Amino acid sequence: MLVLVNHLPVLPEVLLLLGACVLMIFDLYAKDEGRRASFALAQLILLACAAATLFILWVNGGRSLLLFDRSFLSDAMSGVLKLVAYGAVSAALAYSRRYLLDRGLLRGEFLTLLLFALLGMMVMISANSFLTLYLGLELLSLCLYALVALNRDSAASTEAAMKYFVLGALASGLLLYGISMIYGATGTLVISDIAARATSLAAESSSSRMLLVFGLVFLVSGLAFKLGLVPFHMWIPDVYQGASTAVTLVIGTAPKLAAFAMAMRLLVGGLPALSVDWQQMLAILAVLSMAIGNLTAIAQTNLKRMLAYSTIAHMGFMLLGLMSGVVGGNRLSAVDAYGAAMFYTIVYVLMSLGAFGVLLLLSRAGFECERLEDVKGLNRRDPWLAFLMLVLMFSMAGVPPTAGFYAKFAVLSAAVQAGQIAIAVTAVVFSLIGAFYYLRVVKLMYFDDPAQGVSAVGQRGGARLLLSANGLSLLLIGILPQTLMYVCLQAIQYSYAR
Amino acid sequence: MLLVAALRVITARNPVHAALYLVLAFFNASGLWLLLRAEFLAITLVLVYVGAVMVLFLFVVMMLDINLEQLREGFWQNLPLAVVVGGVMAFEMVAVLAGRYFGSATSTHAVPAGYSNTRALGRVLYTQYVYAFEIAAVILLVAIIAAIALTLRRRKDTKGQDPARQVAVRREDRVRMVSMPSEKE
Repeated sequence: MLVLVNHLPVLPEVLLLLGACVLMIFDLYAKDEGRRASFALAQLILLACAAATLFILWVNGGRSLLLFDRSFLSDAMSGVLKLVAYGAVSAALAYSRRYLLDRGLLRGEFLTLLLFALLGMMVMISANSFLTLYLGLELLSLCLYALVALNRDSAASTEAAMKYFVLGALASGLLLYGISMIYGATGTLVISDIAARATSLAAESSSSRMLLVFGLVFLVSGLAFKLGLVPFHMWIPDVYQGASTAVTLVIGTAPKLAAFAMAMRLLVGGLPALSVDWQQMLAILAVLSMAIGNLTAIAQTNLKRMLAYSTIAHMGFMLLGLMSGVVGGNRLSAVDAYGAAMFYTIVYVLMSLGAFGVLLLLSRAGFECERLEDVKGLNRRDPWLAFLMLVLMFSMAGVPPTAGFYAKFAVLSAAVQAGQIAIAVTAVVFSLIGAFYYLRVVKLMYFDDPAQGVSAVGQRGGARLLLSANGLSLLLIGILPQTLMYVCLQAIQYSYAR
Repeated sequence: MLLVAALRVITARNPVHAALYLVLAFFNASGLWLLLRAEFLAITLVLVYVGAVMVLFLFVVMMLDINLEQLREGFWQNLPLAVVVGGVMAFEMVAVLAGRYFGSATSTHAVPAGYSNTRALGRVLYTQYVYAFEIAAVILLVAIIAAIALTLRRRKDTKGQDPARQVAVRREDRVRMVSMPSEKE
């Protein structure tokens, strides 16, 4: 019994693993072509995990607990991020069922792999050792590669999966190389020990500091690949476009949370001693990502590809928060900055879910809604869905009454507080440029005539209700951002401001 | 022995012989591990590589009818590059090993009697690293699921039996009564 109580914080992971295995077996006996029972079971598993996570947050009360010889960390930040990840996966399931069914892609493996990917994310989110972080990352990536390739009859999907796999393996190699250097310098894999050892090493001699910085370069490269930052962004457009929209929805949402957690654990948790170095690297990555992401997105005619470039730009924006936490060794504004970055990530996940959700709902059997022309005159055919898309696009562009505005505002104010005025101004300029292609979608929906021949009309049903809630939540967060912001700040406060 | 076996792997004309020489090379390498008192690595090397990987490899070699002469063409063309790469690797190994190995006396700390590194490995694997161990197991499970999901394909032209349908067969399905007019001489 004592063992059970001691290991309580790992309950969500255990539940999810057991649930995924049960689902795998259960699905073998599924008679129904639409697999309603399997989907319901998956949602039930997610609900149980959410309940367990909430319970643990409540029991812990803001304390951070270390388990399994300090390789597992249960703290406030991990709890909040996990809850958002459950929500994202659950919404992804709801949006994509009909789409997959129409294309004959609805198989049990989709569900199983999705749940295992979520497990990988959770392992990453609450990793406190480089070993578990890496294993979680591999678990997540392997599931995603397989999910992309699951559409076997499509040459584009296979090509995307191949590219993703090769580049992903390369990035894992870079990350491992960085980890091995840092392990060589500090002699430990546990993140909190590394923080302490690195601080003394960096102060001690310049040669060991050099080794740490070398390792850091590789770590940041691997991280940038997973977040999809320029110049490690090449895979994002191809994978987003090549994968079926349901899988793109999965890749574009919850893994970003895990990547954010990974950045926090590695850089803020593990190597605060080198914050001067990694802040510079992140600044370069952020400016490049915002520039290339926003400028290239203008030229795209494919909506999925456009959203892919917009992801790159958004992740660059999020970095503004990560890089402005520590100013000249002073950590006073750290909570605000990291809280703003976390808020941005969560809002981005909501926006991305909604945008791909609209695309999924507009697609039917034999009709793929993925080009800009496909949404022409959507207002005449389906005003409510057009309105939701309007909210999403405004939010992505950062127009005031939506959540995207507040997220951008929080991140920018963190950057200004850190004295990064030039970068903040650059970010504003690029987000203005970016507003063009978001508003173009709105213009196409409201002011253009529907294209001949194609008629995208949204589906009815539960997914539509959920999508409405998703879109309206962005408005709600935009008008009343305090609650979510407070949650993010508290999570960072409890987890990192000791 | 290891060197000879490894050389024969690439020079043997018969691919089955080459594979068998590779098995011999693995056995020799595991012998080296044993001499270094790393008996766990020795056992795994034999079990995993000889027992599983090489058997699979042999199957593939035997199943596929490889045209050897075609493969051997251009074997010597890459020699200059191979010599350069090999030379660099040998130089690096010498540079790394020479200073430490030949310079200082062999100062491996004494191993207490009855010490088993298999037991020690098992102990940390199931205590300190149990979480990572479990995740690795899940990764393997995912690999199996993904591999099956991506390759298992119900082909329409596969000739297979379905026992359930065989049992449920009825007479009408198999026997057709044909009334033929009787022929007269």
